[in-house]
Amino acid sequence: MTAPGALVQISPPRRSVELTIDGDTVAAPEGTTILDACRQRGQDIPTLCYLETLHPVNACRVCVVEVENSRVLVPSCSRRIEPGMVVHTDSPRVRHSRKMVLEFLASSVDLSTTPHAAEWIASYECHPERYGPPAPPAAAGIRDAAHAGHHEPPDPAFAATVHQPIKADNELYVRDYGKCILCYKCVEACGIDYQNTYAIAVAGRGFDARISTEFSVPLPGSACVYCGNCIAVCPTGALMFSSEHDRRAAGTWDESRQSVVDTICPYCGVGCTLSLHVQNNEIVKVTSPFDVSITHGNLCIKGRFGWQYVQERPGNGKRTNGVPRRPRDIEAASNAAGKSRRKGHDISQRDGPQHDGPPHAGTPGDGDGKGSGHP
Amino acid sequence: MEETDVVFLWGANARENHPIMFHHVLKGVHAGARLYVVDPRRTTSAQWADRWLGLSVGTDIALANAMARVIIHAGLENATFIQNATEHFEAYRQLVEPYTLEFAEQVTGVPASVIREVALDFAKADRAMICWTLGITEHHNAVDNVCALINLVLLTGHVGRYGSGVNPLRGQNNVQGGGDMGAIPNRLVGFQDILDPAVRERFDKAWGITMAPRVGMTITDMFEAMHAGHFHGLYVIGENPAQSEANQEHTMAALSSLDHIVVQDIFLTRTAECADVVLPASSSWCEAEGTVTNSERRVQRVRKALEPPGDARDDMWIITEIGKRLGHDLGPPDAETVWNEIRSLAPKMFGGMSYARLEANNGLQWPCPTESDPGSQFLHARLWAKPRVGPAAPFSLVNHEGPVEMPDAGYPFQLTTGRRLESYNTGVQSGGYTSPLRRPESLDMSPEDAATLGVADGDAMRITSRRGSIVAPVRIDTSLRAGLVFMTLHFQDQVRVNVLTTDVWDAKSGTSEFKACAVRLEPAMAGEAAAEENARELVPGD
Repeated sequence: MTAPGALVQISPPRRSVELTIDGDTVAAPEGTTILDACRQRGQDIPTLCYLETLHPVNACRVCVVEVENSRVLVPSCSRRIEPGMVVHTDSPRVRHSRKMVLEFLASSVDLSTTPHAAEWIASYECHPERYGPPAPPAAAGIRDAAHAGHHEPPDPAFAATVHQPIKADNELYVRDYGKCILCYKCVEACGIDYQNTYAIAVAGRGFDARISTEFSVPLPGSACVYCGNCIAVCPTGALMFSSEHDRRAAGTWDESRQSVVDTICPYCGVGCTLSLHVQNNEIVKVTSPFDVSITHGNLCIKGRFGWQYVQERPGNGKRTNGVPRRPRDIEAASNAAGKSRRKGHDISQRDGPQHDGPPHAGTPGDGDGKGSGHP
Repeated sequence: MEETDVVFLWGANARENHPIMFHHVLKGVHAGARLYVVDPRRTTSAQWADRWLGLSVGTDIALANAMARVIIHAGLENATFIQNATEHFEAYRQLVEPYTLEFAEQVTGVPASVIREVALDFAKADRAMICWTLGITEHHNAVDNVCALINLVLLTGHVGRYGSGVNPLRGQNNVQGGGDMGAIPNRLVGFQDILDPAVRERFDKAWGITMAPRVGMTITDMFEAMHAGHFHGLYVIGENPAQSEANQEHTMAALSSLDHIVVQDIFLTRTAECADVVLPASSSWCEAEGTVTNSERRVQRVRKALEPPGDARDDMWIITEIGKRLGHDLGPPDAETVWNEIRSLAPKMFGGMSYARLEANNGLQWPCPTESDPGSQFLHARLWAKPRVGPAAPFSLVNHEGPVEMPDAGYPFQLTTGRRLESYNTGVQSGGYTSPLRRPESLDMSPEDAATLGVADGDAMRITSRRGSIVAPVRIDTSLRAGLVFMTLHFQDQVRVNVLTTDVWDAKSGTSEFKACAVRLEPAMAGEAAAEENARELVPGD
């Protein structure tokens, strides 16, 4: 038996599996994916719909690799290694497939805020423009109204696109589905993988498929609880915090001037790690690291957005006096300052409280009892 | 939690108040765990439960003791564990004997068959855990409530093992840490007993003082002492008792009896408005360095990401400077230096937790006595050692009492209080951001009560308890049973709910019975709330 209190190892040890990746013999623990085996040897493979904290859905097909004796290319993010497997990660067939996937995406979706997209497009020699000039954006609500079976044939003069006006229907999020590649990550994060709110799902078929709330209602009318966990996993910037979107729109978003500091959320006792993205002494975004076992990158509305009070105190460059104030109560405060109070004792001359009553149990549990007390 | 078989959320609405912890519960639920939620309201957590035990407010001990009787009568108690690790079982067995299913159904309102079912499931499970929060502790018999739950895990051996245990879900990032640091009346840092001469000697030596063997006071005792004229000054750090304490008029009268109040806070809170001196502080979680301890005893680093505004200063700097003015050199106001002093004074708990290790491990769980110790996943694992290590865990002999103030002819409704997902406590922090989820304070009541009273959503209602009276709009809520109404504590600037709540408190923990008071409901004029708000005193008078 392990020593009392010691950390418990609950999973059995894993066997080592030997395989060949791009001509090299490689060993990795059983259950490892091809992608992880590659990354462990310092070899990266492009991914869009993959995230280590989510169940793989194999939607984007950009991570495919060639496995000898396999009829089709396999998604490296979900395919587990097998003994004797021979993998080619950069064969002509693989490169051709990735090029096709990236061209289709780039011709139909705005990838301007997708990290690495431009780099991949260059390295796989993609030419999305060969599909024609992009079709003009759909009017607001048109794509949301599309029904399966009512599809109009596309105009061959244009490359079909998902471009449409952004949805800004609440104070906290902006949804720009002209940037959505249907990777399903937001659906997984909102649904069974973490949040279990199921506010969004994929609606429609084929090219009309889109991420939607029930009956395409605006977010404030949906089941959304504004945890922001969909935004945290979005790989293209289709989902964005208003704080980032507005700064980008104003041209003041500058990641080169941002620092990221990890701290702990003040709003309950779970102890979620908050990564505060700070620009010019202002919090501009809050995330949580995916590799922290408490959060797996998830937060709730309070942790994600509840920091604004810190910045509402006068003095962040516009301080007027020495006393911090609640913004909504400035008038009440000045009334209070005018009141006189009973004076006349110099308490510095007194001893401390003489308390001779019975000792108090003061169990460690009593702290929460004053839970309403902390401002 | 993700690999357990049975989870009880008892007096806890984790879906809204501990949302990320609830993710882990749901992983367990999806993997086949049964979730039982014990709460008078059918909360958003209860909506996920296999069984919702909608008990009457304050009948938790009756429910727990009845479950114990079912388990004992079925012969499902863990006799080996009881023999090895516990004491007073026989007395406990006799104590729970009168808690028949019929009695429990009558007292709690939970059907006997459901009590029996969940008791047997809890006892038969390989792994089971009970998580609780303020639904257990905001009662006049808070500690007894906790003991009743502890009895259940001692009876079944669901403690100190993987996937099992009793877990208080802490309401703030450092409730646990406050206790760890000795911010409780009878303990020094590391829960060391201030009445133990050997403990005091060690601290005296380190600090060059002679500490009096004197137990301090809980906040509730302090307010009583103010009323009794024994208190003349108050120094409040990061607390807003003017709005957070029960029986607000009583609280304000106590504050107004003081000669001098100092408030150290990041905002000019209602409490700070009463102060003679306000010391503007930095925000401890993002403008200062330090550590906090979470619900699983994990000590984690908080870090400075922002410069505090204007003249606001780090709490530690302020305290050090006050120490200097009082003639004591408290050393440099440096978080790591202070932490290392804590480690040296409470080595059994924190000795192995250097800042470097806390950084490298993303926090460590105490006790962690040495630099080679990985920290402790289970606090009570010792109970499984054979022969047992340390003292036996006692069964506590606690009986059902019920809330002190029950509805009667004059005050026929029961008011219970709680919290909402997007807001926090008295709203000082959460009031700073706009949320599509936020709606103003309301008097939530069952459709049955609304029909009886002839009121609809939005109607203004005057709510009166023995301590005061306020006005709030009605909101019909199907999660409530007839006779029970609900309000939050989030919007005290607009609706002073704590005017109503009772300050009858638990002598053992100092916690007031926020969860139960009796109220009378009458229709109010539409403009009444605003008029009352304008007219009321902002600070205590003379």
